[in-house]
Amino acid sequence: MQFPDLKYEYLEHTADAKFKAYGKTMEEAFENAAVAMFNVMINTSKVDCKHTEEIKLTAPDIDDLLVDWLSELLFLFEVDFIAFGEFKVESITQVNGEYTISAQASGEEIDLEKHEIDTEVKAVTYNDLKAEEVPEGFMVQVTVDT
Amino acid sequence: MEDAGSIKESLKRIDDNIWEIPIGSKPGMNVPGRIYLSDKLIHNLEPEALDQVANVAMLPGIQKYSMAMPDAHLGYGFPIGGVAAFDEEEGVISPGGVGFDINCGVRLVRSNLTVEDVRPVMKELTEKLFQSVPAGVGSKSRLRASDSELDDIFLHGSRWAVENGYGEKADLEHCEGGGCIEGGDVSHISTKARKRGRPQAGTLGSGNHFLEVQYVDKIYDQEVADNFGLEEGQVSFMIHCGSRGTGHQICTDHLRTISQASKKYKIALPDKQLACAPAQSDEAQNYFRSMICAANYAWNNRQIITHWTREIISDVFRSDIDELGLDLVYDVAHNVAKLEEHTVDGKKKNVYVHRKGATRAFPPGHKDVPQAYRDVGQPVLIPGSMGTASFVLHGAEASMDISFGSACHGAGRVMSRAHAKKEFHGEDIKSDLEKSGIMVRAAHPSVIAEEAPGVYKSSSDVVNVVHDLGIARKVARMMPLGVVKG
Repeated sequence: MQFPDLKYEYLEHTADAKFKAYGKTMEEAFENAAVAMFNVMINTSKVDCKHTEEIKLTAPDIDDLLVDWLSELLFLFEVDFIAFGEFKVESITQVNGEYTISAQASGEEIDLEKHEIDTEVKAVTYNDLKAEEVPEGFMVQVTVDT
Repeated sequence: MEDAGSIKESLKRIDDNIWEIPIGSKPGMNVPGRIYLSDKLIHNLEPEALDQVANVAMLPGIQKYSMAMPDAHLGYGFPIGGVAAFDEEEGVISPGGVGFDINCGVRLVRSNLTVEDVRPVMKELTEKLFQSVPAGVGSKSRLRASDSELDDIFLHGSRWAVENGYGEKADLEHCEGGGCIEGGDVSHISTKARKRGRPQAGTLGSGNHFLEVQYVDKIYDQEVADNFGLEEGQVSFMIHCGSRGTGHQICTDHLRTISQASKKYKIALPDKQLACAPAQSDEAQNYFRSMICAANYAWNNRQIITHWTREIISDVFRSDIDELGLDLVYDVAHNVAKLEEHTVDGKKKNVYVHRKGATRAFPPGHKDVPQAYRDVGQPVLIPGSMGTASFVLHGAEASMDISFGSACHGAGRVMSRAHAKKEFHGEDIKSDLEKSGIMVRAAHPSVIAEEAPGVYKSSSDVVNVVHDLGIARKVARMMPLGVVKG
């Protein structure tokens, strides 16, 4: 069986990019979702992870937390001009009905020659969004607007 | 989406170009769905897009029909090419009915130049336009708006640009809504949206956005073409872009609030991306007034790009802008919600019309059509894709009855970006286009592959449907000479 060795896979979508990401834990699935999203835009294997951003976010449910996590990374990509290549999600916790993620994203300043922008991701959508436990572990599904 | 197949089976043909999803095809539909398609195009429509039309029909206060234009394809929430109007009091406002790229739209600038004048300098012109108009991911504008300037842009749209030397008053008169929607409120725009907006005012962006040099190769209606100042062989410039990161962020920010509001007001949603709130609720109005700011930002963006485009043309042809006749024909929004007056069941009422990947197409005599075009209806601009025709139409009488004054917005994709990149190679497409006389300059070859002509439906087939329905009628066909892409 491929899963959980398979980190993520892209699904066919006419206008946008859609993917499933997997993990033994929800933390790992979130990490792989971030890699999948960044690989739509750049080749993450070419990113030197010299710089690390600490990210902590809270959301009312796990779906929203997933959207917030990826949206925050997109924001940092666009505003601080950072290409991310590695993601470490320390924890996803649920306290009093709220979900919190503590994570690090590592990368470097975008160099258009080196990183070669592929498809621009504009936003993370709620369309057909999933973050769930499956028999093999955890799976998230995301459609990003390109 | 599991119902999508059965939705297709429930489709009933009403007329040559009108198909209906009857009420009840999916539980909870308040109105029928209406799809405007010809025999040629019906096979391209994904069942999932039909499902999305049926989902929109479930929203409270929807009027007449949930509609899809002939270029419709799968989106999120609403399909792309979706149009829906909601009662001002009983209805809802939904960010999913506008999309992330708020007021992605298109404008056309005409010139006195002919195709013979321009062809010999196309390489230089394309290169200089590429250098002058920031395009692609990460490109930053030469204009660095301050915080207070950004507020002015949010509230006044193109008017800010013109008042600050980026254009002429006549530009505002030849723009949907004068390049501004009144009623914007900056107090619900996040710091993040501001941070994304500040460096990007006057940037083209990437993906399907472009700046294209075109020529008029066919006139269908001489009288209307004369009114729009278009003639065969004439060169024009088409600018297609939107509200950039600021619009994406405003949509993202308000989706969260609206999503919570859907729960609070107990609105059953078939798709979370259809999140909506009662039109008069604070949540809906805060989104609507922020969306107006993004729409105004987009109009300002296109106005600034217009100014830089004019400067480059003037420089390449060593002639001043007035002599070159670089007048704005018109500018239309493709992704926007507006409060408009329409007649429903014989009564005039105000409705929130959502156009997501659709163009306003107001007919002759409408008070919101600029005086210069009042006798013939507003120009409706339909961009093609690289290497294929774009069209100018004029809004026609049937649009008010059939589609809340709306028409299609483009060709509509038939292939995913990922599939396109497997199928096509950017460099090959570029050299094929150059062999057929179309210069292409893009930030990266992959964007050329993603946007290759073969990934779109025929713009001509799409335009023929709205023409035959009498929503908007063909005036002119334009062919590309050069394309600048992000």
